[in-house]
Amino acid sequence: MSTATQPASSLASTASGGSTDGSANPVARHPLDAHAPDVVRVLRDDGTLDPATDPGLRSDEVLTLYRAMVRARLLDERLVLLQRQGRIGFHIGCLGEEASILGSAFAMRENDWIFPCYREFAAALWRGMPLQRYVDNMFGNTNDPVKGRQMPDHYTWKRGKFGSVSSPIGTQITQAVGFAWAAKIRKEDLTALVYFGDGATSSNEFHNGMNFAGVFKTPVVFFCRNNGWAISVPTERQTASETFAQKGVAYGVPGVRCDGNDIFAVIKVTRDAVARAARGEGSTIIEALTYRLSGHSTSDDPKAYRPEAGVDPWRRLDPIPRLRRYIERTIGWTDAQDKELEAELDAELKAAIAVSEKTAAPSLESMFEDVFGEMPWHLQEQRDELLRGPRAKGHGH
Amino acid sequence: MPQMNMVQAINDALRHEMRRDSRVVVLGEDVGKVGGVFRVTQGLFDEFGDDRVIDTPLSEGGIIGTAIGMALYGLVPVPEIQFSDFIFPAYDQIVSELAKYRYRSGGEYPAKLVIRTPTGGGIRGGHYHSQSPEAQFIHVAGLKVVCPSNPADAKGLLLASIRDPDPVLFFEPKRIYRAAKGEVPEGDHTVPLGKASVVRKGQNVTIVVWGAMLYEALEAANQAAAQGIDCEVIDLRTLWPLDIETIITSVKKTGRVVVVHEAPKSCGLGGEIVALINEKAFLHLEAPPKRVTGFDTPFPYTLEMEYLPLSHRILPAIIETARY
Repeated sequence: MSTATQPASSLASTASGGSTDGSANPVARHPLDAHAPDVVRVLRDDGTLDPATDPGLRSDEVLTLYRAMVRARLLDERLVLLQRQGRIGFHIGCLGEEASILGSAFAMRENDWIFPCYREFAAALWRGMPLQRYVDNMFGNTNDPVKGRQMPDHYTWKRGKFGSVSSPIGTQITQAVGFAWAAKIRKEDLTALVYFGDGATSSNEFHNGMNFAGVFKTPVVFFCRNNGWAISVPTERQTASETFAQKGVAYGVPGVRCDGNDIFAVIKVTRDAVARAARGEGSTIIEALTYRLSGHSTSDDPKAYRPEAGVDPWRRLDPIPRLRRYIERTIGWTDAQDKELEAELDAELKAAIAVSEKTAAPSLESMFEDVFGEMPWHLQEQRDELLRGPRAKGHGH
Repeated sequence: MPQMNMVQAINDALRHEMRRDSRVVVLGEDVGKVGGVFRVTQGLFDEFGDDRVIDTPLSEGGIIGTAIGMALYGLVPVPEIQFSDFIFPAYDQIVSELAKYRYRSGGEYPAKLVIRTPTGGGIRGGHYHSQSPEAQFIHVAGLKVVCPSNPADAKGLLLASIRDPDPVLFFEPKRIYRAAKGEVPEGDHTVPLGKASVVRKGQNVTIVVWGAMLYEALEAANQAAAQGIDCEVIDLRTLWPLDIETIITSVKKTGRVVVVHEAPKSCGLGGEIVALINEKAFLHLEAPPKRVTGFDTPFPYTLEMEYLPLSHRILPAIIETARY
């Protein structure tokens, strides 16, 4: 594996893939092989698009994507602040992975389905989930469609052909395969995009899902956000495989790597995968090389396990400034426009938060609903018992 | 009315529903070409093809996980787990996902499917072909659990399960797959979920039982009758949600109850039934409720008939309860 063009930093990888920075802390063995021949790139170092791989976006599409990325970044930053202020309990975001998520969501067709892991709120918003609905879910209030039953960021968005978020790792993979398989059985032209991280590839679910997808040639795009970390466990500890994309070989599923922080590259490989699936050629696994710039969630402090110096090369590859520089050079974009955009998004978010914060908590009755289609006697009894009894003190409801 | 055994009745139910509803899909190991290791799905592959009767790779987690995905799409999957002992690789998908899908999505995704699986001992299956794991699913909110004891109920409950809006675990007592015979109504025959059946009316002792052990309970009841003890035998049919009304009505009449199940004693469904009886009919009890169950050991091979709560163990429990 060539390391000739690796940034001179603690990210240097050995040929066999192991790496440390010499201290006790492991550094993400992250093949930032952005220049490796197999990694699909479009946005070159000089800011031009490689005509061989350019997906050919219109200017308005590029600007829409840029706005969506900026919005995702702003949401991430503000929601972390809200959590630190104690106004929401938790946030799990996608800081640094905006291109991977939005590029792939953009590349799917309108009737295709998206199955999230839990980082992809940007894709749900892209699919039309109203911001208010997302913020209500973060507050877990009575307007939250999930009725405050799950942690924040565990929303659902069926209208957007977007799955329901759960915490267990990888379970969405097998389900996405089943969904796409069903569409194939019913002869509907539909592709399922399923997101997961590098960590999830170690799960039995990844194995089961990929295996079924290979055997039954289901129309699935397996989108692996290789962001370098599974909480504190770097990719070198996640697998002995050189890449995640090559795991597809074992299942008869072709794999491709792309620069996950180059939104054009993400769009290109995702579109290619969708086209393959639509032609009846089955699934593809995409490994998007990206980086989790922040911690795993608001419950995680990455300083505990990774040196900041290791993050710096990835900050230089931040997908948002990269796209911005392209827009400046080609379409035109000014600082003033950026400020205006930020102000607009900020105001929108502030308004949504203000509404959410004033909205009441879910009713006690709602805790017992939706366990089954109709409430059986034992839940009616338990509900009545709770309602008759005393309320919890000091919980603000 | 045709006479069938339980295998034939379940086969009949599946065929009927697959003809009636094109969304129904059967999937599992060996269910297609060979018709299932117990031949329960025999003939379905020939009639419906490999798009609707699917031989899967050896992966219970994959079977149930993909079946959930199919259900989300709008098919009605009826996956088979070859032996309930092998359901555990799918436990995460069942417990973390299937059971919680409707609740966690505020009703947007009522993931509905029926998991069919042979259960129970008495076939010299040892640890890994004999278990009755119902309690491990009942204890998880969001799952319905069904266990028929006879062919007519097997067909009726399976059709009802497939049409029920909620996920159902359909445990088929393999010991009586062929031994249980009876008349099975033709055509559309359903038995409601959540309703037990009083198989034998009686005045003195209530026996609550299900599955293959129903016949052991009836045998014990016959022998008890010879000693002047008149038993009322309740076949639960649906293990969860419980038909508490039928149980309590009976216990209030008899004041004495014996619960019988193959599954190990501790934290078995019997414990829950006894707790509910205590809560709702305490003053009607004339004797402590008894449980006759499997032991808290893995299911043995050679000594299986000592392990199972057969009539020779049920009878003394009936007598003790009656004479307390």
